[in-house]
Amino acid sequence: MKLKDKVTVITGGATGIGLAYGRRFAKEGSAVVIADVREDAGSAAVKTLESAGARAAFFRCDVTKKVQVDALFEGALSRFGRVDCCIANAGVVHDSDFLDLEEKDFERVMDVNLKGVFLTGQAAARAMIATRGRIPDWKGGVIINISSTNAVVVQHGQVAYPVSKGGVNLLTKVMAISLADDGIRVVAIGPGPTRTEMLDNVIKNHPAFMKNVSLRTPLRRPAEVDEIAGVAAFLASEDAGYITGQTIYAEGGRLCLNYMMPERA
Amino acid sequence: MRLKDKVAVVTGAARGIGFACAKLFAEEGAKVVLGDVMTDIGPASAKAIDPSGQRAVFVKCDVGDPKDVQALIDTAVSKFGKLDICVANAGINRVKDFLDVTLDEWSEVIRVNLTGTFLTGQAAARQMAKQGTPGAIINMSSCNAVMAIPTITAYVASKGGINQLTRVMALSLAAKNIRVNAIGPGSISTDMVKVVAKDPSVRRAQMARTPLGRYGEPEEVARVALFLATEDSSYITGQTIYPDGGRLALNYTVPVKDDA
Amino acid sequence: MSAFVPGRHAGKSIVVTGGARGIGLAYAQRLVAEGARVVLGDIREEDGRAAVAALGSAARFVSCDVTKKAEVDALMAEAMRAHGRLDVCIANAGVVSHSPFLETTEEEWDRVMAINVKGVLLTGQAAARAMIETRKRLSDWKGGAIVNIASVNAVVVQHGAVPYPVSKGAVHLLTRSMAIHLADHKIRVVAIGPGPTKTAMEAAVLADPAKRRIREIRTALRRMAEPEEVAAVASFLASEEASYITGQTLFVDGGRLVLNYMMPE
Repeated sequence: MKLKDKVTVITGGATGIGLAYGRRFAKEGSAVVIADVREDAGSAAVKTLESAGARAAFFRCDVTKKVQVDALFEGALSRFGRVDCCIANAGVVHDSDFLDLEEKDFERVMDVNLKGVFLTGQAAARAMIATRGRIPDWKGGVIINISSTNAVVVQHGQVAYPVSKGGVNLLTKVMAISLADDGIRVVAIGPGPTRTEMLDNVIKNHPAFMKNVSLRTPLRRPAEVDEIAGVAAFLASEDAGYITGQTIYAEGGRLCLNYMMPERA
Repeated sequence: MRLKDKVAVVTGAARGIGFACAKLFAEEGAKVVLGDVMTDIGPASAKAIDPSGQRAVFVKCDVGDPKDVQALIDTAVSKFGKLDICVANAGINRVKDFLDVTLDEWSEVIRVNLTGTFLTGQAAARQMAKQGTPGAIINMSSCNAVMAIPTITAYVASKGGINQLTRVMALSLAAKNIRVNAIGPGSISTDMVKVVAKDPSVRRAQMARTPLGRYGEPEEVARVALFLATEDSSYITGQTIYPDGGRLALNYTVPVKDDA
Repeated sequence: MSAFVPGRHAGKSIVVTGGARGIGLAYAQRLVAEGARVVLGDIREEDGRAAVAALGSAARFVSCDVTKKAEVDALMAEAMRAHGRLDVCIANAGVVSHSPFLETTEEEWDRVMAINVKGVLLTGQAAARAMIETRKRLSDWKGGAIVNIASVNAVVVQHGAVPYPVSKGAVHLLTRSMAIHLADHKIRVVAIGPGPTKTAMEAAVLADPAKRRIREIRTALRRMAEPEEVAAVASFLASEEASYITGQTLFVDGGRLVLNYMMPE
C-alpha cells in the first residue's frame, strides 16, 4: 500500500491505460478521481473501482478548457480534502502525412496533448500547494505526464502526435524545476505500444502490425496496461523521491535498438 | 516483501549505495551476497544486514578479476541455490586534470568501472541463462554518463560506456528473459561525497545544479534498484534511470539555500 | 571567426523567416556572401527593408506573419517567382517568452506555441511544396534542406521560463518527423540548438553582470555565441557537405549541455 490515504486525479482515466492507473493506484490505497470527456465510460470506471473497495469519483472534463480543468481540481479538493498525485494522461492520436496535415488538426492535437497537460499541471500544482497548507506533515506531490516513445523517435504518417509529446517532455522538465520548491516532483512516462482495446483493434485490422512490433522491440511484444501502471505506481511513491524532470521509457528495449531484431521463424 | 525468495549479488556493497542496495533487498526478503575489495569493513556490513549470516554473506571481490567475479556468482549458487538479481555497483574515481592523467590511472578506473561491470554482468547472465529463469541486472552508472566534469576523465568515460554496455546487454539478453537497466545517480550523500562536500564552495556548486535543493540518500538510489529488480519494471529494459534531484533538466542554476 | 566558403551556396534560392535582424539576419548575411539569393520573411517591415538594402541585390523582403498560412505560402511563392526555385529554408522566426509556470496565462501559451511551433509547421509545409516543385523543374537538383531553429532550451530548462522551452521541445520533434516524411522528396530537415547568443534580444542580459556571469559560468567556452558562429553552422547544415545528416539537432552551445556543476571560478 504505497499510496495509502492519498488522492490521485487521472485525466483520460475512464478506459485503457488511464483506467489501469486507476486500478493500480486504488490497490495501493489511493482514492481515485477520474476525469474524462466520456461520461458513460467514466461512471462505469468509478463502479469498477468502488466494487474493488476503493474510493472513487468521476468528473466530466475536457482538458483543453481551463475552466473545466480548474473545476476538476477544485472538485477533487472539496470531495476528498487533498490532492497528492496527478496523472495527466488525456491524449489523442492523429494520423496524417506531413504535407497533408491540416492546420486545424495540428492545433487540435496540440491543444489536447500539450496545452491540456499544461492546464492540468497548473491546476494540479495549485491543488497540491493548497494540500500542503492543510496537511501538517504532507509528504509532497507528484505529477506524472504521459509522453511516449514517439517523443524521441518518429514514424511515417504521424506528425502532430510526436510533436506534442516532444513538447510534453520539455513541459515535464520545466514543471519539475518550477515546482521543486513547492515539494512537487514532476516526471513523465514514455510507453511503447500497449495492449488496450484501441491497440487490439489495430492488431486485428493490420496483420503486419505485430510483426513490426516484434522486429523493433527486443521484448518482441507490446506492453500490458498493468506494466505501465506499475511504472506509474513506482514514480508516484517515495521510492522515486530523488527523481524529478525525467521521462522514464517503458518500451521493451526499443530505443536501444539499431537496425532490427532478427527475423523469427 | 517484494523480493521474497530471490537471491541477489551486489558488488561494491561494503558501503555507500551498494550497501544500501544490499540492505534494502534483504529487508524485502532477498538473500544477498555482498562483494567488495574492502575486506576490512565488508564482513561487518554483511553482519549489519543479518547477524546470523544466514541471509547475507560477504565475499572478497575485485570486479576486475574474472576469478573473483566467478567466485561471487558461485557463492550465490552454493550458499543460496540460484541467482535472480545482480547489482553491478562497484566503481572508483580518480580526480585529476585531463592533461595530467597517467595511463595507469586511466586503466585502473576503466578496469574496475567498465570492465568490472562487463565481467560481473556476463558471469551473472551466464548463471541466469543456465537456470532458464527470469533475471534482472542493474548497472550503476551516473549522471556523468551524459554530462561531464573535467577533472574525472576516466570516471566519466567509464560511465558513458556503462550506459551503452547496458543497452547492448539488454538486446543480447532479451530473448533469455533477462532485463538489463542502469541507474544514473546525481549527487548522493555517500562517504565519498561527504568528504568533498565539506568544502562550502563545492557544496554550493553541487546544490546550485540540484533543483530539489539537497543531496540524494543512498536509500533513494537503492529504491530505484528495487523497482528495476521487480516485475513493476517488466517492460523496461536497456534504460538508464536518473535519480538526480532534477539536475539533468536544469539550464543555468537554482538559488542555493544557505543552511549548515 | 569562421571564414565564408565562397560559392558554397552559389545559384541557390533561400528563404529565411525572422530574417530582419539578430541571428536571422546573420544567416542571411552568410548565405548571401556564399553566393545565394535570399528572401527574408519577417513581421518587422522597417527592419526587413533596411536589412535588404544593406544586403544588396541578392536579397528581397516579404512581410510575413508565420502564424498565417496564406502569408507563409505567399512568402514561398515570391521565392519561386523571383528565382524559379527554392533550395533552402531557415525557419528562424520565433519569440522568447519567460514567465513562471503558475503565472503563465493561456493567452501567452497560445501566442508562443502559434509562432514557435505552428509557424515552423506552416513554414515547413510551404517550403517543402516549393522544393518538390523545384525538383520537378530541375533535373539536376541536388536536393533541399530545411533548417529549424531549436535551442538548448529544447533539452534543459530554466526556472520560470514557460512556454519557450516547451515550444522548442516540440520543434525538436517536428524536425525529426519532417525528416522522415520528406526524405523521399530529397529534402533533409535538421535543426540548430543555439546556446545564448549576443543579439539585441539578449542585450538586457549582456548589460547585467550577474546574469551574464551565470551564462558564462555555465558554458565551457565561458562566453556567449556570436551570431556569425551560429550562422556558420546553419550554412554547413544547409550545404551538400551535410548530405547524410537529417533529423538531427546540432547544439551550438559552447559546451553548455555537457557541463555538470559549473566551470571553476
